[in-house]
Amino acid sequence: MPIISISKLSKTYKSGFTALSNIDLAIERGEIFALLGPNGAGKSTLINIVCGIVTPSSGTVMVDGHDIAADYRAARRAIGLVPQELTTDAFETVLNTVSFSRGLFGLQPDPGHIEKILRALSLWDKRDSRLMTLSGGMKRRVLIAKALSHEPRVLFLDEPTAGVDVELRQDMWGLVRDLRQQGVTVILTTHYIEEAEEMADRIGVIRRGQIILVEEKAALMRKLGRKQLTLQLQAPITEIPPELSDYGLVLAGDGRELVYTYDTRAERTGITGLLTGLAAAGIRFNDLHTEQSSLEDIFVGLVREGEARA
Amino acid sequence: MTTGTSATMNMNWPAVRAIYRFEMGRFWRTAGQSILAPVISTTLYFVVFGAAIGSRVSAVDDVPYGLFIVPGLIMLSLLTQSISNASFGIYFPRFAGTIYEILSAPISPLEVVLGFVGAAASKSILIGLIILATSALFVPLRIDHPIWMVGILLLTAVTFSLFGFVIGLWADGFEKLQLVPLLVVTPLTFLGGSFYAINMLPPFWHAVSLVNPVVYLISAFRWAFFGKADVSIAISLGMTALFLVICLGLVTYIFRTGYRLKS
Ligand SMILES: Nc1ncnc2c1ncn2[C@@H]1O[C@H](COP(=O)(O)OP(=O)(O)OP(=O)(O)O)[C@@H](O)[C@H]1O
Ligand SMILES: [Mg+2]
Repeated sequence: MPIISISKLSKTYKSGFTALSNIDLAIERGEIFALLGPNGAGKSTLINIVCGIVTPSSGTVMVDGHDIAADYRAARRAIGLVPQELTTDAFETVLNTVSFSRGLFGLQPDPGHIEKILRALSLWDKRDSRLMTLSGGMKRRVLIAKALSHEPRVLFLDEPTAGVDVELRQDMWGLVRDLRQQGVTVILTTHYIEEAEEMADRIGVIRRGQIILVEEKAALMRKLGRKQLTLQLQAPITEIPPELSDYGLVLAGDGRELVYTYDTRAERTGITGLLTGLAAAGIRFNDLHTEQSSLEDIFVGLVREGEARA
Repeated sequence: MTTGTSATMNMNWPAVRAIYRFEMGRFWRTAGQSILAPVISTTLYFVVFGAAIGSRVSAVDDVPYGLFIVPGLIMLSLLTQSISNASFGIYFPRFAGTIYEILSAPISPLEVVLGFVGAAASKSILIGLIILATSALFVPLRIDHPIWMVGILLLTAVTFSLFGFVIGLWADGFEKLQLVPLLVVTPLTFLGGSFYAINMLPPFWHAVSLVNPVVYLISAFRWAFFGKADVSIAISLGMTALFLVICLGLVTYIFRTGYRLKS
């Protein structure tokens, strides 16, 4: 059973704007799921509905077998949320605000657990500092500590690394991996494709309130494992020599470029054979380069494609 | 919000305690200010009303004027403090965005109200007691029905904290937060017989006063002190209880619909 199952979920805001239409999505227990999509796609709306902050217009959401409306206590107890906006109680201390969160979720105080979290997030030295005296990155970590204070089984991170420096981002990736080790399911949104590439087990793309793709990252990467080799020819040619027809070469740049597409993960890429064949055919080149498409390319491609159709 | 079996079975007391402590934290953080302000304002009232006017208005219903104004003074603060504490308490997290945490926590509306309204009422009761203690420095206190006095103190603090909570949910700006207290509550309190007995008024104004709910509160409270009231104590308590029920109804409605809390 998936830890979160969303079915036929729609949201139309009071303004009349439909932010989500008919979303179906299942999040598997223990996975790291990255939700990608342009600004305004509906990522935060989706997360906020699951967490109880926004009321859905229709559809159902089950968290660990509990309906978020009918059995909201059990559903919410399972969830920790780090919201997109940095909102903190300026006058509270780090320790107090994190202990407060634990209480809100119905748990008895556990100073040992809170200390462990604060230490893991390098906040222990700051425990008695008021939140207004902290930097933005530290506040972000405080929000993470609050979300972890009640030992959630599912953690939502809504753009956890927006405006976060490289070092802290690495720390956060480490933290998310540790959580996954402990069996916590993590759903994160991000605009950094490399983040999804680095962290996620599965990737979902949302655009204009619709999920347009959900795929294992590995499968996605396999599709992306294709690489292109471009050869700059010394002299333009008009057609590809028949003895090289097996390579599926494409002629480009007014006959000055030969493009070869191959799979980096294949046993043999065929590059040696191709180069030998070219030499035999008397085709000489003065430069070459290779290109690998990234998640980003796919992502931009998908979103563009959708845009053009809409 | 709908309730399921596990939702109604047991209360989330740690959450109520967390909200209550958090709200009281603000009071204690500024304890000097929280305590000093009512002490100073009470002293000023005694100087102006007790000494200056009281020297001319000798006694009301055989109660020396200085003593006569004590219940009214306490009520005045109780009403304004309850409303402002509770309205600010819930409005501020909405304004700052920290409300997200309460909305996403496994808390029922009742528990949210208990935490916020409980804290606001506690604060205003503390202030009421401080005023009472300060008054004792100026006049020899006399409380005929102490248990009723405490009961009315509690009822009023809870009722108006609930009312403040409603205002804090309704307000969508700091101006609105001030609007109701400024335009409605302060005039009603001043015209509610804090500083005079309404039967000292000419018949017309006496009749007008009877539509002012604050009159009933102050009258009942004064009865607890001196055993004499402007209007019957039963009517007074009935009116206050009615207002309490109205406020409870409003809060329930607000949570049912998610009005102003959730989009
Ligand atoms: N309270 C609201 N009332 C009306 N419209 C809203 C409200 N909240 C969000 N929207 C609209 O819903 C759409 C989706 O917003 P949402 O915040 O879910 O996007 P997002 O994918 O999280 O974007 P971003 O990457 O910028 O965070 C946007 O067009 C937004 O303007
Ligand atoms: Mg967002």
